[in-house]
Amino acid sequence: MSKKDVETTGHSWDGIEELNNPLPRWWLIIWYICIVWGIAYTIAMPAWPLVKGATAGVLGWSTRAQVADKIASFEEMNAAVNAELAAADITTIEVGSDVHNYGVNMGAAVFRANCSQCHGSGAAGNVGYPNLLDNDWLWGGTIDEVAYTVQHGVRNETDEARYSEMPKFGADELLTEEEIDQVVAFAMSLSDPEGDGTNLVGGTYDVDLASAGAEVFEINCSSCHGEDGTGDIYQGAPNLTDAIWLYGGDHDTVYETVYYARFGVMPAWGQRLSQAEVNAAALYVHQLGGGQ
Amino acid sequence: MSSTDTPPEEKLYASREPVFPRRVKGKFRNLKWIIMAITLGIYYLSPWIRWNRGPELPDQAILIDLANRRFFFFWIEIWPHEFYFIAGLLIMAGLGLFLFTSAAGRVWCGYACPQTVWTDLFILVERWIEGDRNARLRLHRQKKWDFRKVRLRAIKYLSWILIGLATGGAWVFYFTDAPTLLVDLVTGHAHPVAYLTMAILTATTVFFGAIAREQICIYACPWPRIQAAMMDEDTLVVGYRHWRGEPRGKHRKGAGAENLGDCIDCMACVNVCPMGIDIRDGQQLECITCALCIDACDEMMDKIGKPRGLIDYMALTDEPREIAGQEPKPVWKHIFRPRTILYTVLWSAVGFALLFALFIRADIDMTVAPVRNPTYVLQSDGAIRNIYDLRLRNKHGETREFRVSVTGNDTLTVTLQDSDTDAGDTIPVDADEMRIVRAYVEAPAGSEPAMSDRTEFTFWVEDDVSNERVSVDSVFNGRGQ
Repeated sequence: MSKKDVETTGHSWDGIEELNNPLPRWWLIIWYICIVWGIAYTIAMPAWPLVKGATAGVLGWSTRAQVADKIASFEEMNAAVNAELAAADITTIEVGSDVHNYGVNMGAAVFRANCSQCHGSGAAGNVGYPNLLDNDWLWGGTIDEVAYTVQHGVRNETDEARYSEMPKFGADELLTEEEIDQVVAFAMSLSDPEGDGTNLVGGTYDVDLASAGAEVFEINCSSCHGEDGTGDIYQGAPNLTDAIWLYGGDHDTVYETVYYARFGVMPAWGQRLSQAEVNAAALYVHQLGGGQ
Repeated sequence: MSSTDTPPEEKLYASREPVFPRRVKGKFRNLKWIIMAITLGIYYLSPWIRWNRGPELPDQAILIDLANRRFFFFWIEIWPHEFYFIAGLLIMAGLGLFLFTSAAGRVWCGYACPQTVWTDLFILVERWIEGDRNARLRLHRQKKWDFRKVRLRAIKYLSWILIGLATGGAWVFYFTDAPTLLVDLVTGHAHPVAYLTMAILTATTVFFGAIAREQICIYACPWPRIQAAMMDEDTLVVGYRHWRGEPRGKHRKGAGAENLGDCIDCMACVNVCPMGIDIRDGQQLECITCALCIDACDEMMDKIGKPRGLIDYMALTDEPREIAGQEPKPVWKHIFRPRTILYTVLWSAVGFALLFALFIRADIDMTVAPVRNPTYVLQSDGAIRNIYDLRLRNKHGETREFRVSVTGNDTLTVTLQDSDTDAGDTIPVDADEMRIVRAYVEAPAGSEPAMSDRTEFTFWVEDDVSNERVSVDSVFNGRGQ
């Protein structure tokens, strides 16, 4: 068709006229197909909003069902390695093996969901909640000790839980006020290799009081914390000579700890997590940098 | 009087009018055959070129390895983090289009666009099977589906589908080892995605190239609309010298031929046009400047003994000059003008920048991601530890031992940890692989980095054998005062 035969719409701008060419037929057909498709889609799929929810669609498709399917298929895919991880002797799992890689990655997920509330998402802990990145461990930092702690927890109601209890030296009047002042100073001096009255974390104490507290410490504290103050992982007694203070290494905090004692609790995760998840959490925590 | 008060009696919707381009011979047709052979040859054959990269890497010269996120192009290997090379090439392609369009109009559309090349191929096959324009027209108008029409149509569509299949097939060979995939495809062992991709590309190739043809250019392609912005009065386009051709008419003896122009209204230019237009109506959106009408008209001018060039490549500025009897500007003056020179400079600048980046890039690469949750870890002896995730990339075809060290402060030490084995300061990285390794940087108790807020330092990664090394600056967080 020659251009000259085409009508114009009559619109003219500076002599440029708008041609009134007919639309291609296929365009019309595609438009009709789109209408049919649109109607069919709203019947087949969830579409029309109702007062509560929306029409479900005859195909019964839903995002939730899709997610459930995905989860089920992943669980099926991981069933074998999961069983292997649950049955494995955690102390001998070969680093870099599939089950180890799987465990570390699964452990990261378990940790974020269950442990991060207290220990922090980066496992750096908080006041009263141990930092899992450092090389100081209350109950032992080897892989099997970590796994035991995860499984049974600390100072909870279960029989297998790790348990120990520090006496309330002040509240129960086991020591006099003077003896408490002396032993607080002595405990702080343990983490002060220079002996200048300022310990490794910047807490200050009276050097004369400290020397007077040595005897009080030996009688009352050394059975758990050791004669040299390096602690005892079998009783969860912290090492007092290092730079790590779970509740704080300044004078007032150490005084509070001696006066009222501390009673940190951790749930027995074996009651809530599967064996594979417990092993995974232990593998993850152990490889964070502080594991022994 | 306004013409809007008479409602148009035109139909609102129109069916496509089929186009039956006639065969044509000439220099532009030959050029198009050559370009078609080269472009299709590159497309179909390049996945089969081999290139030895050593035993651990694929030996396909051009390979888009999606699974391992690598792009291989002969001696060049592009990693995902080097995507700027691809971006640069796309910018060059864009600027190249600007350059060619401003200099010579729609040469991309007329010669090199896949739509044009494949349509040309499909029309060629159609002509081989059903004959030239007149035979095809007869077959089209023949209502009765006799044995001959069924046979010709069946052979034609079968051939088209085979071309489409070869096109879709060639595409998938770019993504995996071609000989292996060919065997898998034939024996039915290839991945379903390969078959699906081939099926989709076969369908689109046949639909776009064989069935929709010029409609893709007219209705679907945005490029004809955009490129008007790159064209000006010096751009070469295909035009009709109406001042020489008009008034058109058949040159019959004694019928006043001396009053007629050179155009004998033979319709050769219309019959060969793959877009189904009449170039004598002037420059129009549908024209892809394939220049076949030039060949057709030149052939006819030779026959009637008139000079060639009634239809020719020309620029808008030539028209008034020629009508006034002056010589048109020489072609090089049309092409070399500030606009095209600017495009060329920009195009070359991007190209040189890419080449420069290509030749200076190292075979080792490291990315440092500091773990800032927590910002530092206090160790039991009072030392401060910072944790970093290092991504070490070995771009060699062989496994290498990388040594990691830190400089910037003498008290800082680095230890690598591979999951939970202490790796010391060296770690092997497999050939052509990236390895994530955790690095612990430690400052002893009371040292300056441990007691200050931030200490700047530098990570170094070095290949002990070749001594090739790269560095990345980072920051160490201390406890502060």
